[in-house]
Amino acid sequence: MAVDNETVRRIAFLARLKVEPEKLEDTKSEFNKILAWVEELGEVNTDNVTPLVSVNDEALSLRQDEITAGHISEKILKNAPAQEFGYFVVPKVVE
Amino acid sequence: MSDYVIETEKGKWEVICGLEIHCQIISKSKIFSGASTEFGDDVNENVSFVDAGMPGMLPTLNQECVHQAIKTGLGLNAVINKYSEFSRKNYFYADLPQGYQITQFQYPIVGEGFIDIDLSDGKTKRIRIERMHIEQDAGKSIHDIDPHKSFIDLNRAGVGLMEIVTKPDFRSPEEAGAFLRKLRSIVRYLGTCDGNMDEGSMRCDVNVSVRPLGTNECRTRCEMKNVNSVKFVMQAIEVEAKRHVDVYENDGEICQETRQFDPVALTTKVMRKKEFAHDYRYFPEPDLPPLILSDDLINQIKKELVELPDAKKARFVHELGLTPYDAMVICENKEVADFFEKAAQGRDAKKVANWLMGDFFAMLKKKNLDIAQSPVSAENLGKLVDLITHDVISGKIAKDVFEIMAETSEDPEKIVEERGLKQVTDTSAIEAIIDAVIASNPENVASYRAGKVNLLGWFVGQVIKQSQGKANPAMVNKLLKEKL
Amino acid sequence: MNDLTDITIAESLSKLKAKEISPVELTQAYIKKLDENHKYNAYITLTAEKALQDAHEAEKRYANNTNRNLEGIPLGIKDLFCTKDIKTTACSHILDNFIPQYESTVTQNLLDNGALFLGKLNMDEFAMGGSNETSYFGPVVNPWSKETPLVAGGSSGGSAAAVAAKMCAAATATDTGGSIREPSAFCGVTGIKPTYGRCSRYGIVAFASSLDQAGPICKDVTDCALLLNCMAGYDAKDSTSSKREVPDLSAFVGMDIKGLKIGIPAEYRPDGLNKEVASYWDKAAKILEDCGAEIIHINLPHTKYALPTYYVIAPAEASSNLARYDGVRYGLRVDGNGLDEQYINTRTAGFGAEVKRRILIGTYVLSAGYYDAYYLKAQKVRRLIKNDFDEAFKKCDLILTPTSPVEPFAIGDTKMLENPINMYLNDVFTVSVNLAGLPAMSLPIGLSQHGLPLGMQLIGRAFDEGTIFKAAYQLERGANFVRM
Repeated sequence: MAVDNETVRRIAFLARLKVEPEKLEDTKSEFNKILAWVEELGEVNTDNVTPLVSVNDEALSLRQDEITAGHISEKILKNAPAQEFGYFVVPKVVE
Repeated sequence: MSDYVIETEKGKWEVICGLEIHCQIISKSKIFSGASTEFGDDVNENVSFVDAGMPGMLPTLNQECVHQAIKTGLGLNAVINKYSEFSRKNYFYADLPQGYQITQFQYPIVGEGFIDIDLSDGKTKRIRIERMHIEQDAGKSIHDIDPHKSFIDLNRAGVGLMEIVTKPDFRSPEEAGAFLRKLRSIVRYLGTCDGNMDEGSMRCDVNVSVRPLGTNECRTRCEMKNVNSVKFVMQAIEVEAKRHVDVYENDGEICQETRQFDPVALTTKVMRKKEFAHDYRYFPEPDLPPLILSDDLINQIKKELVELPDAKKARFVHELGLTPYDAMVICENKEVADFFEKAAQGRDAKKVANWLMGDFFAMLKKKNLDIAQSPVSAENLGKLVDLITHDVISGKIAKDVFEIMAETSEDPEKIVEERGLKQVTDTSAIEAIIDAVIASNPENVASYRAGKVNLLGWFVGQVIKQSQGKANPAMVNKLLKEKL
Repeated sequence: MNDLTDITIAESLSKLKAKEISPVELTQAYIKKLDENHKYNAYITLTAEKALQDAHEAEKRYANNTNRNLEGIPLGIKDLFCTKDIKTTACSHILDNFIPQYESTVTQNLLDNGALFLGKLNMDEFAMGGSNETSYFGPVVNPWSKETPLVAGGSSGGSAAAVAAKMCAAATATDTGGSIREPSAFCGVTGIKPTYGRCSRYGIVAFASSLDQAGPICKDVTDCALLLNCMAGYDAKDSTSSKREVPDLSAFVGMDIKGLKIGIPAEYRPDGLNKEVASYWDKAAKILEDCGAEIIHINLPHTKYALPTYYVIAPAEASSNLARYDGVRYGLRVDGNGLDEQYINTRTAGFGAEVKRRILIGTYVLSAGYYDAYYLKAQKVRRLIKNDFDEAFKKCDLILTPTSPVEPFAIGDTKMLENPINMYLNDVFTVSVNLAGLPAMSLPIGLSQHGLPLGMQLIGRAFDEGTIFKAAYQLERGANFVRM
C-alpha cells in the first residue's frame, strides 16, 4: 500500500507536524520503504490468532475512590509557556 | 408507533432519531486520578499531574466509577460485559491534555439494554440501548475573557463519564423527551449521575434523519452536539427534521455533518463537514490492562440496587391503587416517590396522591422549592388526609389548614385544635343553625316544599356558611332534609 | 586499588560499611572522572553539588548505622526519568526547559535506598534510536573509541558510556526494543531489561507503553542484581506494574547452573552472521556447558517478523504518547496563527527527524482504513512471537543469543543514516524480548578484532530474572572480560 503526497500531508496534519513541500518527496519515499518492509507481516498466517493487547496477564487493579491529589495549581502551571489568572493560555480557539 | 409525521404539500415524512448521552459519574475522585471531582473550585485546583498530561504520568482506574457504571447498566436492563477494554481516542484539542481521551471502543463495559418510556397517549414504547461505556471528560476552554486568547481550566479534565448510545428508535421529539426524562430519573434513582442538563452533568448529542413515511430507507443523518435541555433536544429534532424534509423536497442533498442547534433562532447550523471529520485512530490503551469483572461483584451490585422507577410505578399501581398516570408522575423523581410513600403509609394512598399532585405540588411551585425543602413534611401531609378521612375537618377547611401548614410547618392536628377548626358534628348545634336559616328564609322554604328540591344545595351552603365552614356537610344534608 | 571508581558497587558498599572509604570520597572520585570525560558527552545535566551534599548525609548514616541498601552510591540517571526539580528533557528540544514537579517511582526507590544522583544522562531523543545520534544534545561517544569516534549504542548511550568510563557507579536506563542491552554490549558493560511490569513506569517519559521497561546498567552482574532489587516492585501508580514479589536477586548470583537447559535459537544464526559474533556465541555456550549447563537447540519461528512487528507497534504507541507535547502546558511553544498552527509549529520545531518519522508512521498505521492491515496484524504476530517463547521455554530454562549483530560503528556512519531500516536492523536480537515482555540481560563476552566490546544476551522466562542472574554470573566469570 504505497502512500501518495496527499496521504503524507493528511497524516502530517493529523500528527500536527509540517512536512516542507521540498521534503515531501523524500518523506514519501522513506515512508513507502518502511511500509513495504513492515508489510512482510502479510506473509504470516494469523487466522484465529487473538491480538496481544497486554503482555502481563494480571488483572487490572482498581483504586479506592479517595481524593489523593490536587490543590497544586502552582506546580501544575510551573512549566506553562503562557498562563494568566491561573489558566493555561492558548491562541483563541474558534469552533 | 408514533403518529408524528411531517406532512407537506408534497408528501409525508417520518423522523428517525438516535441519542448519545454523556452522564457525569458521581464519584469523589476522577476516573483515572485522585483529584477531586468537585465543581466550582478555583481554577486548576482539582488537577493532578495525571490530569494535566504531564510526561510519564499514568492512569489508575477508580473502582467507584466502575461500580457506578455497572449500576447504571443494570438500570438500563443491559448486559454487563465481564471483559472490557480501554482505548485511546486521539485528537488534538486545547482542553484535552494528553492529546487523547481514554475511553472504551470495541469492548464497552455495558452492552445492549432498553428503557420503556411512557407516552402522552398512555402507551409505552421500548427504546433499545446499543451500549454504554466509561471514559474521561475533557477540561474547559473559556473563550470570552479575551478577544485573542482562550483560557484553559483542567478541573473537569478526567472526571468520569458514562456515554449511553441508543439505537435509532425515536420517531418523534416527544419520544426523545420522554426518554431523556426517564433516563434522568433512572440515574438519579441510582445515584450514579445528578442528571442536571443545564449544568452539563448530562449532555446529549442528537442524530437525526428522515425518510418518506412507509419506507425503510436509510438516509444521511446529521449530528447535533451538546444540546443541553430536554426541551432543546425536542426542538432540535423538530427543526432538523424539517430542514431535511425541506432539502429533499427541493431536490437537495443532506451531507453527513456535525451541526449546532441554536435555541434562540430555532435553527441548526453546520459545525464540521465530514471531510474535516476527525480520524480518531482508536487503539487499546496500553497503560491499562483489560478490565475483568466477576459474577460475584455484578451480583452483589444487583442485590444492592434500589427499586427503579418502573418497578416502583408498578407497585404503586398494583398495591396502592394509583392510576398509572399518577404513579408515573410520582415515580419520576425518587424524592417525590419516597415522600409519597411515607405520607401514604397506612392511609388511602389515592387521597394522598391527589393532595400531593394538587395543592402540595402547587405550593412547591409557588414557593419555588425542592421537595427536600418542603415546609410540609410527609407525616404532616398524611395527618391532614387523616383529618379529612375521619371527618374531623371538611375538605374545604383542609385547604385552609394546608395553607397554614405551608407557612408554619406545623402539625395539622395542632392547627385544627388551636384554631378551633374542628368540624361540628353535634346534632343540636347544627339544628340550631338550620332552624335559624329556615326562619329567616320563608320564601325559599316555601319554594322547596312546593317542589323546588334543588334548593337543598342552597340551604346546605347557607348552613355551612353560618357555621364558618365547620358543620359536617353530610349531617347538614341529613338534618335539613328532615326539617324541611 | 588505583581509583575508587574502579571498584563495583558491591565492593564500594563493603568498604563504606567497613568505613575504609567515605561516601564523600567516593562521590568526589566519580565527579573527578566525570569532569575529565566531558568529551564523551554522556551527561547533559549535572547535579554534582547536590550529590556531594547527599554524600555528607550518607556519611552521617554510616556513622550512626542507619545506612540503607545503596547509601552514598553515586548514580547517573537516564534523562527519560522525571526527577523532581531537576530538568528532564528526554533529550528533546520540545522538553529542553521542563522541570518536573514529581519524581519517577524508580528514581524515588533509589533515593529511598540512599543512592545519590550525579546528573542526567544523554540518550536518543524520546529513547528512539539505536546509536544515541538522535539526541538533541548530540551523540554520546563510545569510551572504547580508537581514532574514529564510535557510537555508544542507544537509546541509553549516555548510561552505558558513563558506566564504562566510570563516570558513575551505575546508571538507570530503559529498554523498549533493546535500549539497555545494545548500548551495554557496545560499551562493554552489563545491563538487564527486567520482565515487563517489574519496574514501575510511573514518571518515566513514555515511548511505547506496552514495551517500555526500566532497568540498570552496571559494571557487572552482581551490581545489576543489587540495583534491580532497589528499583523494582509493585507500584499502584502504574496499572501495568506486577504484584508478583521480587525475590532477592543477589541470592542467585553465584548459584551453580548444573543441569540448567540453555536454548540456542536457530533463527538467530542466519548465514550472514558476523563471524566474530558467531564464534563468541559458541564460546559463551561452551562456558555455560563447562559449568554444567545443557545446551539445547530451539526454534523461534517468527523471529523474522519481530522487527516489522515492533516497527508498527512502537511508533503507533509513540504517536499517541507524544501527542501531549503540544506547547500548551509545558515545554517548547512556537507561536502560530491560531491553535492548530501553534501545535504544528511547536511540534515541527520541537521534535527531531527520527521522532517525527516514527510519529508519522505510527499515525498512519492507526489511521482509518489501515488499522487492521498494520496495527491489528502486528498485535496478532506479536502473539505468535510470544507463543514461540512459551513453546521454547517448555524445553529450556534460558535462551542464549548475541546482543547485537554488529560491533560499535562510527558516529555519522553513512550506511546507517541513508536508510533508517539499516539502523532498525541492529535491534534484530533484542526486540522480540520486548514484544514478549521477557527479561533479558546483556553482558560483555570479549573484544572484537578491532578491540571493541561484544555482548551476549541471556533471555529468561517472565518473572524469572533469578535464573538469568545465576547463568550470567557464571558466564561473566568464564568470559573474564576486562573492564575499561
